[in-house]
Amino acid sequence: MSLKTFAGGLHPPDSKSATAHKPIEACPLPEELIIPAAQHIGAPADICVAVGDQVKKGQVIATAKGFVSVPIHASTSGEVIAVEPRPHPLGRPLPAVVIKPDGEDAWDEALEQHDPAQLVGEELKQLVLAAGIVGMGGATFPAHVKLSPPEEKPIDTLILNGVECEPFLTADHRLMLEESTRVIDGINILRKILGIERAVIGIEANKPDAIEKMTAECAPHNIEVQALEVKYPQGAEKQLIDAVTGRQVPSGGLPMDCGVVVQNVGTAAAISDAVRLGRPLVERVATVTGPGIKEPKNLKIVIGTPLSHMVEFCGGLEGEPGKIIMGGPMMGQTQLSLEVPAIRGTSGLLLFRKGDFSTRPAGPCIRCGRCISVCPIHLQPTTIATYARLNLVDEAESNNALDCIECGCCTYICPATLPLVQSIRHIKGGIMAKRRKS
Amino acid sequence: MLTAILCLGGIGLIAAATLGVAAKKFAVEVDPREAAVLEALPGANCGACGEPGCSGYAKGVADGRLAPNLCTPGGSATIEAIAAILGIEAVAAEPRVAVVLCQGDNEKATEKYRYLGMADCNAAQKLADGPKTCPGGCLGLGSCAAACPFDAIEMTASGLAVINRDKCTGCEKCVSVCPRQVIVMAPKASTTHVLCNSRDKGAQVRKYCQVGCIGCNICKKTVPEAYQIESFLARVEYEQDENAAAAIEKCPMKCIHDFSTGYPEGSRLGSKKAASGENAAA
Repeated sequence: MSLKTFAGGLHPPDSKSATAHKPIEACPLPEELIIPAAQHIGAPADICVAVGDQVKKGQVIATAKGFVSVPIHASTSGEVIAVEPRPHPLGRPLPAVVIKPDGEDAWDEALEQHDPAQLVGEELKQLVLAAGIVGMGGATFPAHVKLSPPEEKPIDTLILNGVECEPFLTADHRLMLEESTRVIDGINILRKILGIERAVIGIEANKPDAIEKMTAECAPHNIEVQALEVKYPQGAEKQLIDAVTGRQVPSGGLPMDCGVVVQNVGTAAAISDAVRLGRPLVERVATVTGPGIKEPKNLKIVIGTPLSHMVEFCGGLEGEPGKIIMGGPMMGQTQLSLEVPAIRGTSGLLLFRKGDFSTRPAGPCIRCGRCISVCPIHLQPTTIATYARLNLVDEAESNNALDCIECGCCTYICPATLPLVQSIRHIKGGIMAKRRKS
Repeated sequence: MLTAILCLGGIGLIAAATLGVAAKKFAVEVDPREAAVLEALPGANCGACGEPGCSGYAKGVADGRLAPNLCTPGGSATIEAIAAILGIEAVAAEPRVAVVLCQGDNEKATEKYRYLGMADCNAAQKLADGPKTCPGGCLGLGSCAAACPFDAIEMTASGLAVINRDKCTGCEKCVSVCPRQVIVMAPKASTTHVLCNSRDKGAQVRKYCQVGCIGCNICKKTVPEAYQIESFLARVEYEQDENAAAAIEKCPMKCIHDFSTGYPEGSRLGSKKAASGENAAA
């Protein structure tokens, strides 16, 4: 099997060996769950419970507001002890529902089981929305939106993202090994919703066991498995489409513009639960790893578990913590404290000690061009960053700053440690503000 | 030789005649006062008047659409000049300057995290609301200094913006660029200010800043008419400026400052003592 890939990108050390072989362990319930209303891209959900309410696992505690939004559910049964702003992974306190578990972990009886064979695509899609399914790779884009392409854009291929190109993370890897049945069931439901036949799972070649297992199990379902070159950002949507189909998403376009829908393997597994068991998205797999943790593990966590609880279950901190990252090291978000909860997009928790990472201040650009050679979108990061520094919005826009996927390759490779992605993201905000004005 | 002179001379004459006719026929009527007003303006295109630039303001004034005293950078001299051109009475606006309501530099205020990103306050503010623990404090990355068309803002070595009151023309560019609303406009004659922008409770302020207002009311008790306190933050009543200075020594956090005695500590514009010494000498 030949290894497909895209042009550009780079090879950070993958650092997955600490957890790649470890089975998923269930993380016990914490003393209190903090479930934020904003866990997805789009409008935050409207909280619809009050202090003192008794909730069941899977009960809606916040309703979707608008099309690009999803409902939020209670992750366990118990009492609502607070509805107030709490620390959020975005770095500021945001509205959240705090639940004190009653220990019974009882599912809401109102949840209905369904047989996907008996339902049509539109009904299945409503179940996906009702279950609050979002992209589990970390971007948390509501899944039902991706599954609603307009009629003039026919879809012919479904790509399942099992790439997991971020270093350190092994959650999707373990999921494919241990829960392949759920993943494949989810793929079949997705194919039915989209009304298409072709489905391809893309997996990076550094997971040979997952490739072998998925190939064997997918064969009877007519699902292709494509091994991909180990390269970052192989799992970025547009790069994955390029590698698997050879098609390129046009500038400013979406995958549906070239007939493709991409979903994460974790999303597929969650969709299977949502339809077959009627269970909403209240738990996920996350990798807790890095040199700053005693026992790195792959955990099955309920949404709203404080990071400190996950750290405790993994044996505690090793040495003095220097940096906490939610998600992968390339695109994850640095956290201010361990008091924030894990949310639907939390694919991992990385802990680094002081001295594990560089804090060299940025120097001047030496015009080496490395950022240009690694950019998977073929932009000129250093040029756009200069325009950002000088606040030249029109110039940045004409250099296609909006096409930047913020993968972090340029910042990673820059020998002057320039904050290129941050600068580009900043000017992207400026371009969007200008467009809103005009 | 002669042919050449005749040819070129002929072309010259025809061109001159055409241009002469065109200049008369297609002349655009310009209000001569507009050009004169534009001449009198400072030409910084700062936008303080609300127009995109000086020419827009000149046109507005000449049309009678805009008041003649909106050019703050020009000061009273410009207003008088404009009034003379338009033949109206000069009404000088009260000069205003920008003030940074913060003294919490890197040494006096704590940070939530170490920021190593681009030197732009608005970019830093997007990362968990900025590195400074205080939600209202100056981030010290110099976006206001970069935006100032008059080079009136100094960034101190320890990361704090200080506005040069002599150079500031009151154009408000810095006010609009600051993501933390820590810069306000105040009458130039009011020199006493509470240099703090934190609306948190006192106990919280003490945790992250050595010079933050804790809302203790002592200033208001000392000079009741000169201070008002809202959300644990004291503000000087500008009309009572001359009385306000009496509370400076009483403030336990040392966050009230009188600019007539010089600039805050750490500024190269002159510390309190140096400035008062120079003033005395002058």
